[in-house]
Amino acid sequence: MQLKYIDEFRDPGLARRVVDSIRTLWGDRPPMRLMEVCGTHTVSIARGGIRPLLDGAVTMVSGPGCPVCVTPDGYIDAAIGLGKRPGTVIATFGDMLRVPGSFSSLEKERGQGIDVRILYSPLDAVEIAAGSPEKEVVFLGVGFETTAPSIAGAILSATERKMKNFSVLSSVRTIPLAMEVLVSDPEVRIEGFLCPAHVSTIIGSDAYLPLAKKFGVPCVVAGFEPLDILYGIYLLLRQKKRGVAAVENEYSRVATPSGNRKALDIIAKVFRECDIAWRGIGVLPRTGLAIAESYAAFDAQRKFGVEIPFAEEKTACRCGDVLKGKITPRECPLFGKACTPGEPYGPCMVSSEGTCAAYYKYGVQ
Amino acid sequence: MTGEKILLSHGEGGKRTRELIRKIIAKRFENPILSPLFDSGLLGRLDGEIAFTTDGYVVTPAIFPGGDIGRLAVCGTLNDLSVCGARPVAISCALILEEGFPVQMLETILDSMKAAAAEGNVVVACGDTKVVEKGSADGIFITTSGVGIASDGWRPAPENVRPGDRIVLTGTMGDHQAAVLIARNRLELAAEILSDVAPLSSMLLDVLSAFGGSVRFMRDPTRGGVGVSLNEMAESSRVRIVLDESRLPVAEAVRGICEILGFDPIYLANEGKALLIVDGKSADPIVETLRKTRYGRNATVIGEVTDGSPGVLMKTVIGGLRAVDYPVGDQLPRIC
Repeated sequence: MQLKYIDEFRDPGLARRVVDSIRTLWGDRPPMRLMEVCGTHTVSIARGGIRPLLDGAVTMVSGPGCPVCVTPDGYIDAAIGLGKRPGTVIATFGDMLRVPGSFSSLEKERGQGIDVRILYSPLDAVEIAAGSPEKEVVFLGVGFETTAPSIAGAILSATERKMKNFSVLSSVRTIPLAMEVLVSDPEVRIEGFLCPAHVSTIIGSDAYLPLAKKFGVPCVVAGFEPLDILYGIYLLLRQKKRGVAAVENEYSRVATPSGNRKALDIIAKVFRECDIAWRGIGVLPRTGLAIAESYAAFDAQRKFGVEIPFAEEKTACRCGDVLKGKITPRECPLFGKACTPGEPYGPCMVSSEGTCAAYYKYGVQ
Repeated sequence: MTGEKILLSHGEGGKRTRELIRKIIAKRFENPILSPLFDSGLLGRLDGEIAFTTDGYVVTPAIFPGGDIGRLAVCGTLNDLSVCGARPVAISCALILEEGFPVQMLETILDSMKAAAAEGNVVVACGDTKVVEKGSADGIFITTSGVGIASDGWRPAPENVRPGDRIVLTGTMGDHQAAVLIARNRLELAAEILSDVAPLSSMLLDVLSAFGGSVRFMRDPTRGGVGVSLNEMAESSRVRIVLDESRLPVAEAVRGICEILGFDPIYLANEGKALLIVDGKSADPIVETLRKTRYGRNATVIGEVTDGSPGVLMKTVIGGLRAVDYPVGDQLPRIC
């Protein structure tokens, strides 16, 4: 199997030229404060060693775009509660396993007997339900606009097959309005957004127009390869230098201005907008996707009368401030001491896309 | 014996057990030490420091592209001896079979054990066979132990490593784990990925005898891959290792599967590769020598030992620098 265009986006010579262009463009101005919203960008920046390359020109702060990290402990508690019902299978993406709830995690509870199955696609959960009619299968629907269509697809498939033993505990979130909250927070001080690649393939780059217009903040949709990121940063600096705030799309090879119509339609069909709590950030109005009335039979919350509380317990963990970009992981007193990937305390250390995990794993001491 | 299955009575010590051992197992490994079927294999007098190692093999599926659990069980133990500079003398073979395991599959696995032992120039000196009830094992588990003799002169060891040394990898990373992952998940891919499982004893011992003290330290990067082995080497040698990302060899197909599934090939297991830390001045001739061998064709220098606090760093392709740490909490499937 030949995957094309991997090396092209990691070309050392081109990378050097973009870095040089950034230096020439920016000169000795004070560093521009940029947020990469998405966890995959965070990991790619850390893996590529990009931060030290651009030291002085930009300050990269990591945003809340890791779905596992922003899932509140109340959701984990609810999932554990469902898992304890006799005959229930909890189906989930692997990253959720070690996320701490308020008293336990799915990994610990699995050791105590909860039936937790790890899978790659929500459709696999439908198949498990079809294959074991005596079981009740609950899929943990965690993710952003990227994952929402496949969760919606699973619900539609279960509807078609008239299944009675499949449901989704939805914790799906949407990105653009959350970015508005972040940009209006004076403590976060964001001067530009590196917008997510995958999410933008679904919602389209035009989704960020209101953000750029209303808040005068430059936005660039960029791919996840090192050169995508470097060039995306170059475009953000260029906007700032020219004093404009527009939406530019570096990732035009995949993301279009209007996004993926089919995916957006299926999301609109199965979900409805709702207020939702983001771990460490609090409740953000209209940034959640709950399962729509017509598919209530597949909504685990309605089916089992589950409440997911908004309030969170206060701890020394500063994931909330990390998720908002207020501090870097190293400024958290627990980082690398009480909180490591082996013994994670907060969600940003748990997920492979978490900011703290990326800093810990790839950071040069 | 087409279609025949392993039965519990094959493990009960009676006639069936004798038949299984004599006709199927011992027949293949025939040699003067094993063949009397005493309670121990008598190895005779061994001259030199004796190296002794053991490993259990539980890979699923038992037969995978490029090899099987039998070849793996022999090569793994041979390689563990060789990286310590020991010439393999004899290995043991303990089989745990699950009731219902196809006899024909067992024969295939034993045949490849025989071939690997012959290639590694080692005898199977003793063995054991147990059968457990269906559900108590997954088809077949194999444990091999090995005895080797370390050369009298130079011994590769962590304390020999110093700044200026270079890191040599004998070939591409991750082939074994990628092959097993694909076989396990029945992923349909255009190009076939074969496990690299291979006995490295003659290649490594030849390099050692030709270059002696220039070969500072060796490891075989199995579970956890090159990333974990290098971290362990840096830790035990108390040195800093700096890798050059652009020089890390990865087969095109393996890279593709890693991109798709989100794996980093540096953490994928190898079963036919060795990491050598060598004197900087001898690195090129050592790589030349390795490249002339069957299992070292793609050998290359991937980094160097530098001053600084112990650990592993990587110069990234685009010119950045980052840490290469131990992986944590990854779901580790049974790969070896």
